[in-house]
Amino acid sequence: MKVPVSYSFRNLWTRRLTTILTAGGMALVVFVFAAILMLAEGLQKTLVDTGSWDNVVLIRKGSQSEVQSGIERLQASIIETQPEVAAGADGRRMLAKEVVVLISLPKRGTDKPSNVIIRGVSEESMAMRPQVKLVEGRMPRPSSSEIIAGESVSRRFTGAGIGETLRFGMRDWTVVGIFDAGSTGFSSEIWGDADQLMQAFRRPVYSSVIFKLRDASGFDAFKTRVESDPRLTVEAKRETRFYADQSEVMAKFLRILGMSLTIIFSLGAVIGAMITMYAAVANRTAEIGTLRALGFQRRSILGAFLMEALLLGFIGGAVGLFFASFLQLLTISTLNFQTFSELAFSFTLTVEIVWQALLFSLVMGFVGGVLPALQASRMKIVDALRTS
Amino acid sequence: MTDPVTACDGQGPPVDLENQPVIVEVRNVNKAYLRGNHVIPVLQEINFDIRAGEFLALMGPSGSGKSTLLNLIAGIDKVDSGTIVIGGVDITALDETELAHWRATNVGFIFQFYNLIPVLTAFENVELPLQLTGLSRSERREHVEMALRVVNLSHRMDHYPSQLSGGEQQRVAIARAVVTDPTILVADEPTGDLDRVSAKEIMSLMCRLSRESGKTIIMVTHDPKAAEAAQVIRHLDKGSLNDAHP
Amino acid sequence: MRTLKLLIRNAFRHKLRSGLTILGITIAILAFGMLRTMVNAWYAGVEASSANRLVIRNSISIVFPLPIAYKDKIRQVSGVNLVSWGNWFGGVYIEEKNFFPNFAVEPKSYLALYPEYVIPDLQRTTFLNDRKGAVAGRKIAEKFGWQVGDTVTLKGTIFPGNWEFAIRGIYKGRDRSVDETQLFFHWDYLNETMKKTASRRADQVGFYMIGITNPNLAGEVSTTIDATFKNSLAETLTETEKAFQMSFVSMTEAILIAIQLVSIVIIVIIMAVVANTMAMTARERIGEYAIFKTLGFGGWFIAGLIFGESLVISLTGTAIGIGLTFPVAEAFHDYLGTYFPIFFVERHTVYLDIAAGVLVGLVAGLFPTWRAVNIRIADGLRRIG
Repeated sequence: MKVPVSYSFRNLWTRRLTTILTAGGMALVVFVFAAILMLAEGLQKTLVDTGSWDNVVLIRKGSQSEVQSGIERLQASIIETQPEVAAGADGRRMLAKEVVVLISLPKRGTDKPSNVIIRGVSEESMAMRPQVKLVEGRMPRPSSSEIIAGESVSRRFTGAGIGETLRFGMRDWTVVGIFDAGSTGFSSEIWGDADQLMQAFRRPVYSSVIFKLRDASGFDAFKTRVESDPRLTVEAKRETRFYADQSEVMAKFLRILGMSLTIIFSLGAVIGAMITMYAAVANRTAEIGTLRALGFQRRSILGAFLMEALLLGFIGGAVGLFFASFLQLLTISTLNFQTFSELAFSFTLTVEIVWQALLFSLVMGFVGGVLPALQASRMKIVDALRTS
Repeated sequence: MTDPVTACDGQGPPVDLENQPVIVEVRNVNKAYLRGNHVIPVLQEINFDIRAGEFLALMGPSGSGKSTLLNLIAGIDKVDSGTIVIGGVDITALDETELAHWRATNVGFIFQFYNLIPVLTAFENVELPLQLTGLSRSERREHVEMALRVVNLSHRMDHYPSQLSGGEQQRVAIARAVVTDPTILVADEPTGDLDRVSAKEIMSLMCRLSRESGKTIIMVTHDPKAAEAAQVIRHLDKGSLNDAHP
Repeated sequence: MRTLKLLIRNAFRHKLRSGLTILGITIAILAFGMLRTMVNAWYAGVEASSANRLVIRNSISIVFPLPIAYKDKIRQVSGVNLVSWGNWFGGVYIEEKNFFPNFAVEPKSYLALYPEYVIPDLQRTTFLNDRKGAVAGRKIAEKFGWQVGDTVTLKGTIFPGNWEFAIRGIYKGRDRSVDETQLFFHWDYLNETMKKTASRRADQVGFYMIGITNPNLAGEVSTTIDATFKNSLAETLTETEKAFQMSFVSMTEAILIAIQLVSIVIIVIIMAVVANTMAMTARERIGEYAIFKTLGFGGWFIAGLIFGESLVISLTGTAIGIGLTFPVAEAFHDYLGTYFPIFFVERHTVYLDIAAGVLVGLVAGLFPTWRAVNIRIADGLRRIG
C-alpha cells in the first residue's frame, strides 16, 4: 500500500514557512548552479562560434595571441602561395593578412577606458567569416580612414556609433558601418583597412595570416610542413582551436570558481533540507505510528518522506531555474587575462542545463531527505504511538 | 500515610470562611469563541465570590467552560464582558504588560502536564518566577529551598524534569507556584495525568497549603476524589454556574 | 541571571539539528570569508601601489611602446626624482601553465623605486653587475626550486627565442602585501638582443615608471609629461600607479561583481537555513513560551530567549568558520597562487564575518519571535501534550 503523494504535499503546505525557507535556500543554490552552467555554456558558445573548423590561423611561433604576434610581409607571401589555400568563387585566394592591435577607448557613460581589439582586414576577411554580417551602413572604402564596428563595441564605447569618429594613431577614423557577429568574439572588435592601420600605428608587420583550407582534412600535413619550413617562424592552428586556447585561462578560472561555489552551496542546501526533514519526522512521530498501525509498510513511510523531500527539491529547482532564465538577458564583458582585450559573452540556457539543474535539485532533496526518512521508517509502532 | 478517608485528614480544621474578606469577585462575565463563522458561547453571566483562604473546586463535564473560567481568573485570557476584581484590582482593565506584572506577583499556576522547562533543573524551575522580582541571589536561594522543602523534594533539586516521576514533577510545579507567595493559586486538573497514589499525594499537599498556610486555591477538576479536598465545590454546565454548596 | 545558561542549553537541546545548522553556518562563513579574501586579492595590486610612483605608457594602449629617448625629457620635468623603465616580457618557464609576471627593467632605478623588494646587499650588487642576471621573488623561486646562481631559461612570447638568465638574487616582500612571484632582469640585455635580431623593436620601452618628490604633485607632473609628448608619434598617458592598477581591476569588474554578489547570496542562503531552524524550534516551544508568559515574563524576555538562542547558534558557527578560514586560505593560496599572488585573510574580513554572523542570527529570530510574542497564552498552553 502506498501513501498518496497528496499526503506529502499537504504536509509541505501545512508547514509553509519552513517549506518556503528550505525551498528558497535550494532555489538560490539551483540558481547559482544554473548560472554557472549557463556562463560556461555562453563562453563555450562564443569560442566555438568565433572560429571555423576549416580556417587556419598562423601567428609567430611562441606568441600566444595575435596582439603579441608579428609576421613579416615576406613570410606572409610565402604562406599565400601554399597549395592548401582554398580558392574563392572568383578565383581569388581565400586568405587574409591581418594586423591586430589593442587600443584603449573610454566606455559610454563612464570615463573608465577598456581595451578594444582593432583588426586591420583584407578584402577576403569578411568572406572567410560567415558569422560576421554588415547590418548598418556600408563597408569602408579601400585606402581610407574608415572603419566598421562590432555591434557590442558600438553600443558600449564612446564614439563607436555609426557616423561618429574615433581618434587613435594621430588620425580621426569615421565609423561607416556596424556589423553583427552574433555571440562571437568579433562583435567586440573594430575593423578597418589593414594597410591604413599599419601606417597609422607604424607597424610594418602583419599580426596573423588566416586562410580557408581547400580540404579541411589537409590541416595536419600543412602544419607539419609549414612549421618546419626554415623560411618561416610561424605556428599554425585551426581557428576553432586558436580561440579556445585564447580563453583557456578564463575558462579554467570560471570552472574552478563555479565548481567550488556549487559544492559549498549545495552542502548548505542539503543541510537545510536535512534539518527540515528531521523536524518533519520528529513532529509527526505519532502520525507515523498511526500510519504503521493502520497497516502501511516501512517502505511506504520511507517513500512518503522521500517524496516530501523530493517535492521540496523540485519546488526549489523550478523556482531557481525560473529566475536563472532571466540571466539570458545579461551580457558579461570582462578582460581576458591572456589577450588583455575584452571578452564578452552571455548566459546561455539550454535544454540540457534545465535537466541538469532539475536533476541536481532532486539529488539535493534526496540526499537531505534520505536519513530522516530512514529514521521515520525504522520507528517501532508502539514507541511512536506512545509519544503523543 | 495511613489510609485516610479524605486527602485532608489530619491537616487541621478548614478556614472559617464567614470571617474572611472576599478576595475574588467575578461579575457578569461572558466569553465566547469564534469557530469559523460560528460564535460558540462558553461562559454566560457568571457571578460568584471567592473568600481569602477558600479552597474552591470547579467541576463540570468537558466543554462546560471550567478551564476558560480558570484562565480568565488567572489573567491569561480576556473576558468579552464583565469584570473580575482580585485583591482590589480589576484585572479585566489591565493591558498585556500590566497583566504580566500582575500575574508574576499574584498568581501561582499548577497545570495538568506540569509544564516544567525541560532544560532547567528542579531548583532552576522553581527559581524562574523569582527572577522577575528584585530579590538577591541568596534570598532567591532561600525561598526556593523553602518551597522545595514544603513539597518534600529538597533532595532532588538538581535533577532535570526528565529525571523525575510525574508526581515529583507536579510537586516541583507546585513549589514553583507557591514560591512567590501569590494571592491565589490556580490549578488546572492537577491530578489529571497521575496515577492514584501520586494523585493522592498531590491532593494532600494542596490541602496542607490550604489549611496550614491559608492559601486561596482555585482548582479545576473532573475527578470527584480530588474535589473532596475542597471546601467549596461549584458546578459549571454549558457555561452557567450551577451552585451547590456542600 | 541564569538566562545565558538557559540560552545555551536551549540551543543544544536538539543536538542533531543545532549541529547541522552550525555546520551550515560554518561552511557559509568559510565561503564568505574566502570570497571576500579573493576580492581583496583582486585589489592587491592597487593596495600595494605607492602614491609616489607614476606610470607612463603609450596613450593608444599598453601594447604600444614608447621610445627610450623620452627618458631625458621626463627627467627634466620638475618634481620627478627617479626615472626607470621596462617592458612586460611575458616569458614562459617550460610550459604555459607556469605563468608568473616577468619584466625587463632598468635595474638600478627600478629597485630604488621599489624599496618594498628587500634584497641582501651582496645579491643586489652582483645582480646589478651581471648583464644577464635576474632577481626572482621568494615564492616563485621556492615554487620552481631556484637558487642563487642557477640558470633559468624563459621562452619569449612577445620577444621570440629562448632567453637565459642567471638568478643573482631573491627578493622578499617588506610586508605580506608585496607580490613575491615576479622576476626582473636587465632591460639592456633585452634591448641589445633586439638590436641584433629585430632592430625595428630596439630602443623601445613598454612603460616608464617614475618617482616623484611629493604625492601632491602627481596631477601636475602627469599633465606636464603628457603635454610634452602631445602630437608626437607616441603620445603618452601618465597616471598614478594606483590608477594604472585600478584600470586592470575595472576591466574585470564583471567577475568582481559576480563574486561579491555570490558572497551575499551565500549569506542569504544560510539565513534561510537558520531562520528555518529557529522557526521549527519556536513552533515546538510555543507551549514553553506560554508558560513563561503565564509566570509573568514579558514579551521582551521571550524575544530575548529566541534571539539569544539564534545568536548562540549563529555565532558558534561563525567562530568555527573564521577559525577554518585561515588554514583554508593558506591551502587555497598554495593551489592557486598563479591567479592570486597575494592571498591572505585581512582583519577587515574577520569583522565582516562577525557582522554577517550577527545579522544571520538576528534575522533568523525575527519571525519566530513575532509569532511567539503575539500568541495568546491560552492557545499556547493548549498546544502542550
